[in-house]
Amino acid sequence: MPTNGAALRADRVTRQYQMGSALIRAVNDVSLEVSAAEFVGLLGSSGSGKSTLLNLMAGLDRPTSGAIFAQGRNLSEMNALELARYRSLTVGMVFQAFNLLPRMTLEENVELPLRLAEVERGERAGRVREALERVHLEKRLTHRPSELSGGEQQRAALARALVNRPTILLADEPTGNLDSATGLEIMNLLQEINRSLGMTIVLVTHERPLAEKFAHRIVELADGKLASSGIKSTSGVKV
Amino acid sequence: MKAGDLTELAVRNLREALLRNSLTTLGIAVGVASFVAWLSLGVGLQQLADRRLVRSGLFDTVFVTSKANMHGFGRREASDNTSSASSAAGRTGDSRFRRLDEDARHEIEQLPSVIEVYPQVRFPTELRYNGTPYMTIVAGVPDSARGNGSFDGMQGSFFSSPSADEAILQMEFAKELSDQPSSLIGKELVLSYAEHQPLAAQPGGSDPKGGSAGGDTSAGISIVPKQKILHIVGVVDTEAAAGPGGIGSGRVLIPQKLGESLRAAQNNDLQDILRAPGTKPGYSNLTVRAQSPGQVGPIEDAIKKMGFAAFSLLDATKNLRLFFAVFDLLLGIFGSLALVVAMLGIVNTLVMAILERRREIGILKALGAADRDVKQLFFLEAGVMGLLGGALGVGIGWLIGRAVTVGTNFYLQRQSLPATNVFAVPWWLVLVAVFLSVIVSLVAGLYPASRAAKLNPVEALRYE
Repeated sequence: MPTNGAALRADRVTRQYQMGSALIRAVNDVSLEVSAAEFVGLLGSSGSGKSTLLNLMAGLDRPTSGAIFAQGRNLSEMNALELARYRSLTVGMVFQAFNLLPRMTLEENVELPLRLAEVERGERAGRVREALERVHLEKRLTHRPSELSGGEQQRAALARALVNRPTILLADEPTGNLDSATGLEIMNLLQEINRSLGMTIVLVTHERPLAEKFAHRIVELADGKLASSGIKSTSGVKV
Repeated sequence: MKAGDLTELAVRNLREALLRNSLTTLGIAVGVASFVAWLSLGVGLQQLADRRLVRSGLFDTVFVTSKANMHGFGRREASDNTSSASSAAGRTGDSRFRRLDEDARHEIEQLPSVIEVYPQVRFPTELRYNGTPYMTIVAGVPDSARGNGSFDGMQGSFFSSPSADEAILQMEFAKELSDQPSSLIGKELVLSYAEHQPLAAQPGGSDPKGGSAGGDTSAGISIVPKQKILHIVGVVDTEAAAGPGGIGSGRVLIPQKLGESLRAAQNNDLQDILRAPGTKPGYSNLTVRAQSPGQVGPIEDAIKKMGFAAFSLLDATKNLRLFFAVFDLLLGIFGSLALVVAMLGIVNTLVMAILERRREIGILKALGAADRDVKQLFFLEAGVMGLLGGALGVGIGWLIGRAVTVGTNFYLQRQSLPATNVFAVPWWLVLVAVFLSVIVSLVAGLYPASRAAKLNPVEALRYE
């Protein structure tokens, strides 16, 4: 059963894949709870299952067994349309590769989730501007992604993730393609969003120092299993 | 996603791979053009045949005779068919058959959609031109022939009035009279004919309606030689209207009313001599013209109910329409083959698009696009290509039709034949072609759209 106040909860979640004759358990019997407004760093080496777990939390994938609860709702019980709606309105996602659509301007990229959520046309421009202002890109509305630096592209991706005003932000290696200074800039933005909007953030990273500096809690995965779930801190300082 | 946003994204996607999508759309256009060109040929030929047939006057005409005429040839008529008409005026000696007389003509004239009823005026006679005698056949032409296209392209003009003392010559006969047929216009002909007159005196004098019908008479007629001067007003090049009782069977055409008033002796006059004493003279047959071929059936039925034999070429028209329906179907199927090839082009283009846009589909799904949104997006792209291809194809098809018409007319002119339009692109064909193009494109988009919608977003996002 979901816990009151939990934004996300994984209950004995397993996700396994068949690769030829081998059965791969990418996530193996993981239980985890993320509170509302918590900033959790999900650490682990490559292939540890952290991105798979994030995809399960995002509703992009379904667990082989176990359940994921988001704000009390079991994602496994949702149909495809409900999951799409969950991805549209409840969670925002940021990726390592930014994943902006190259043929669209920044404004159009950020507007895309609003189109998918069927937000009225008249309301969209204001929402797009508001999201871009939050990441300090309001003057780059008409630029295409190829005309932006890596940091700017990631900020644009962040604006796109925020534009539908989700309650949970899932970031998959958002600094992976950036230099350390720019990565720090993105992390500051995430922290600012977490503090000012009270948004729950799950950050997947393999950069321990960044996670230690910004996350409230660090959860470590190794070989698909939970290695440690850290200590929860209310001060926002890593313990 | 809302329809407006979907359309915007679909058009944007199509613009991205402009060359490939343009070529695919052109493929659809060629398919539609083939479909339109073949069908418009069928429609054009059908319209051409219809025009010719309508002009011939055969398909808007009912030929009426008395059943007594047929009885003599061994036909058996059910007595109940004629019993309803037993109260009608005018009978033969045999009370089972109603006579085709003036009363009957008037009754038929009152039927809905009948524009005229006239007896056949056609008799062999002698004509003199510049003192030289010529044996020929004179036929009456109803005034309705003025506007039905039978005399289009004639030299001179149609009769100035329905009973004018005027004649129109058929070209072949005109050539016998003069090497320059057009020079005959305005000249005079002397028509010699045999007028029949009733033997006994009648209270009403001569029959004002003319022809072989008149008031009550006793049996017997006398034949009196007469002459009439006719002014030549025109020369008609083609068979003005052929067929049973048609005016094309005459070489000298005169106004119908003039022909009737001449009371020229005809074959059925012998029948009149043998009729029962005290009965009215009748017609051997009447020609009934309907407003359009579609009204021939009801008129024919109504005349049969009156107790007469009626005949039309309606069944022949039906068979002709059936032929053209099958012909059009075959042409449509033949033309659609190119559309099937175009359909494969759409499938290919969209499947390629899925491969290229795999990651984009993953992003859309991660941002909240439902499978339905992705499916509709690809479906719409196929539909837009179909719509554009359909519109372009109709234009190309029309151009092909124009080009073939120009070529055909060039050939016809070299063969000294009149120009004609063998292609026709009616509005219904434009709509059907565009509709078919969109439907075919949507069907072609079914598989790619469904495949795109089923893409696993996690795998799609990993795709480089």
